[in-house]
Amino acid sequence: MSAEDALKSKFAGDGLAFSQFRDNHRIEVPAAKLFEILAFLKNEQHFDMLAEVTAVDYLEYEGAKDRFGVVYVIVSTKTAERLVIKTFVNDPEPLLPSVYSLWKSADWLEREVYDMFGIRFSGHPDLRRILTPDEFTAYPLRKDYPLKGRGERHNFPVLTRAES
Amino acid sequence: MAMKDVPDNIFMTSLDAAASWARSNSLWPMPFATACCGIELMATASSRFDLARFGAEVMRFSPRQCDLMIVAGRVVMKMLPVLQRIWLQMPEPKWCISMGACACTGGVFDTYAVVQGVDRFIPVDLYVPGCPPRPEQLMAGIIALQDKIKHGGTLNGTEFGKRTQPTGPTPYDLDELIRIREANEKLISIN
Ligand code: SF4
Repeated sequence: MSAEDALKSKFAGDGLAFSQFRDNHRIEVPAAKLFEILAFLKNEQHFDMLAEVTAVDYLEYEGAKDRFGVVYVIVSTKTAERLVIKTFVNDPEPLLPSVYSLWKSADWLEREVYDMFGIRFSGHPDLRRILTPDEFTAYPLRKDYPLKGRGERHNFPVLTRAES
Repeated sequence: MAMKDVPDNIFMTSLDAAASWARSNSLWPMPFATACCGIELMATASSRFDLARFGAEVMRFSPRQCDLMIVAGRVVMKMLPVLQRIWLQMPEPKWCISMGACACTGGVFDTYAVVQGVDRFIPVDLYVPGCPPRPEQLMAGIIALQDKIKHGGTLNGTEFGKRTQPTGPTPYDLDELIRIREANEKLISIN
């Protein structure tokens, strides 16, 4: 039985949406069931690697109902299968369970999503910014953040030659 | 002392000129290479272009041993405090070359994370334009800097004390204020 069939029978009433584009198998899952489904895929199926966690900001996106989509790409190193799991979260406090307990690679990936989109992961051991400086306050990949920033790149002391 | 009394191989000069002559021909660069321009800086220093011909080949990775900072590449806002700190750690007298479009102005990277020209935050003596500048261009820059040091350099560096103004534009130029205001207005209309 393929992983998708197993999911279909196990989480029958949970509103999972399956779709496929070429060899790209995608599953949309409700945020409340996310951890359970990922744990199932890790422990009872054979998806032993978390390849990617990323997010999409759907602000002003045509036909989008939710603000953020969070995407997990998991891989089975045994069968080379690949699954794309997608879930949605919303303002004002986007929050998801951390999957660090399942895959250790979630550590930095979730920190990056937090840094860029401000989506928090409960249960993450060390949810700090990873790319931008610690004192940065905005979430730069959100669509409502201006490309040129809000002046963060200017707030440094200016050294003149006489004083340095 | 009449000229005829001067032995061979002795010439007279001012102390300032002698010091500047020595300094200008033994620049020790601090390669602050953060991006693609850094590759060109390396090419300049290596055998094909051979920066050693101009006495500036001793790249030192400790700022304490350098007197010429070459900022090669874009500087992101997370890196800028490091750049400033390294600049402050360099002993006097010291000079700074801003190499490439990115170091001079931010180049095409006009984004929230990239500093729009290092001259806004550290004093720059010489700009080398280009994306990336060719090694010849960087060498021309170094020769121009040598000229600058020879003409007007002083033994105790008094010429630096006169530069009390920042080299670059003020961090908030009008354009930027307008851009930020526009962005904020757009935000308000969205929300
Ligand atoms: S000026 Fe061009 S070559 Fe130099 S760092 Fe910028 S993009 Fe790279």
